[in-house]
Order: sequence, then C-alpha cells, then structure tokens
Amino acid sequence: MKKIFVVTVLTLLFLVLVYSVLEMPDFASLNSPAYNELARYYVENAIEEAHATNVIAAIITDYRAFDTLGETTVLFTSILAVTSVLKGKKHE
Amino acid sequence: MNDLIVKTIVRWVIPFIQVFGVYVIFYGHVSFGGGFSGGALIGASLILYAITFGLKASKKMVPHKRSQWMESLGILWYIALGIVGIYASGYFLGNKTAGFFMGEAGQLLSAGIIPLLTIGIGVKVASTMITLFQKLVEENEDV
Amino acid sequence: MFDALLKHMNYIAAMALFVIGLYTVLMHQNLIKKVIGINIMETSVFLFFVSIGMVQKGQAPIINLSDASVTYVNPIPSALILTGIVVAVSITAYSLSLIIQLYKQYGTLNLDEMVDEVEHD
Repeated sequence: MKKIFVVTVLTLLFLVLVYSVLEMPDFASLNSPAYNELARYYVENAIEEAHATNVIAAIITDYRAFDTLGETTVLFTSILAVTSVLKGKKHE
Repeated sequence: MNDLIVKTIVRWVIPFIQVFGVYVIFYGHVSFGGGFSGGALIGASLILYAITFGLKASKKMVPHKRSQWMESLGILWYIALGIVGIYASGYFLGNKTAGFFMGEAGQLLSAGIIPLLTIGIGVKVASTMITLFQKLVEENEDV
Repeated sequence: MFDALLKHMNYIAAMALFVIGLYTVLMHQNLIKKVIGINIMETSVFLFFVSIGMVQKGQAPIINLSDASVTYVNPIPSALILTGIVVAVSITAYSLSLIIQLYKQYGTLNLDEMVDEVEHD
C-alpha cells in the first residue's frame, strides 16, 4: 500500500522534472547562455596572466583562490564535528 | 586480514600508488590533476594499508599527533602565503602582482603561487582522509 | 519527440538518478541505505551541473601550446563542482558517526525497531 503510493508520487515527480528539462537549450550547443564572455576570457588569458597550462587549476588557485580557502575550512570543520561526537574509549 | 596473497600484493603496490599521487600533485598546473585528486590518492593508499594490516600497524605509521600537525600545517601554509601577498602588493593571495616567480608556461617551475597552494591542499586532503578513517574505526578496536 | 529526448540525454539521466535516490531514502528502513540514497542524489546533481558546460567538438581544458585553433570545453562548472564534492564527503562522514552513536544506544540499525523502543519507554 505504501509502496504503490510512493511509486505513483515519484513517477509524477519524474514526469514534471523531464517536462521542465526539455525546455533547456540543446546539449553541447555553441550558443547556450552558460558559454558567455567570462568562460572565453578565462580560456584565452590563462596563459598570459597565470602562466599555467591547466585552466581549471588556474581558476581554483589564482582567479578564485578565496573560495578554495573556504573549502579547506569545510574539511577542517568536518573533522571537528566527527571528533566531538566520537570521543574514544576513555569517557570519564 | 590474515590472507597471505592480499598482504604480499598490497606491500608491493602501495609505493607505486604514492608515487603516482605525488606526481599528480606536483604537475597539477601543467597537466590533469591538482590538489584534491592527488590528496585523495595518497589518502586512499594509507587507508588500504590500514585495512590490510590492522589498526595497530596503521597507528604506528601515522600516529594521531602526526596527522594533527599535518592538518593544521596545511591550512596555516595557505594563510601564510596570503599574508605574504598583502605585504608584497596590496592584495590577499596575489599571484603576478605580488612578485612570485612566473617562468614559462608548460614547465615544472612556473606559475608563481599555484604549485605551493596545490601542495598545501594535497597534504590537507590526505591527512583528513586518514584521520576520519581512524576515528570511525577506533570505536570497535578489538574487532 | 524522440529527437528532443535524444538531445537532452544527460539531463534526463540526472533526473532519473535523483528519483532513484529519493526512492531509496523513502522506502528502506536500514539507516545506512538511507545514507547511500543521499549520496546517489548528490551524484545526480553533480552530473547535471557538469554536463551544462559541454561545447560541441570541444576538448579537455589543458591548453595545447603548439596548436592555436582548438575549441575548449567551458571550465567554470567543473571548477565549481570541486567544492561541492568535498561538502558531500563531509556530510557523509558526519552522518556515519551519528549512526555509530545510535547503534551503541539502541543496539539495532533498523528505524522501525528504534521508534518502537523509544515509544515503549
């Protein structure tokens, strides 16, 4: 009974999601709004300004290095959270 | 694990995995890879050692104090490079404006601050993976 | 109609993975299977985001110094997803540590039995 109800609701959700995904621009088209002048700027000027051949490494450590600092803080916080829940064998 | 075949093969394979991980970290700005994938490779090799040879052998190789120091040194190295950028030019984490050594594109010694930051990220991710694994397994230590 | 479905194949696969992950979270009673379902949903979001950046006849964004007329793939969505993957790993680690504490307290990993034990207290 619960299984039939869940399967029906999830099928309806899948149909709604597919209907709204079909409105997006085609896969791998050259005039999609995501391929704007910022992506072309990064690809063309990565060698002159950062002298690095790997464009993604130049983005995450040179153009947007502050976001990578926030992400290393997320890794540090996850260790704090796990250590505060599991305290080891000596409790008292 | 008391299997002889698994122990022999793992003892031969772990140095090659670590050398490949160090290669992926050091050539992060020239070819594929970067800090996160290289750090995940080194962390995976340490977890493989802990699964095969037991928790006690893994704690002798990476004790708790050493992984604590590596974790804190990774993030302090990142912030120290940023403060050097404030002194050299006006910008936090500046690359070309702060006067780091640039070199030619495509060589190993090039691109200023990028290899230094990549090494910091790689050390931090590897130490996070082995610390989390040891903490989660420590609860049932006699199993 | 089939033409439109074939042109958006990656996005439809991402939506299917999302619905499969949601079914796993809702139907199974074991707590570890629910954590696996959350991981499947996160993977579907990463697939959706990265396949937005594909460009026709594009290659991986490692600049070839001897060839100047190659089109490269959009590098921005890949750089944003690297941070997302690390957040997913942190959430999985924290939820697994909470499951360890629940197992020590109640002695079972089944959600129905845990609710019964709390209600009969």
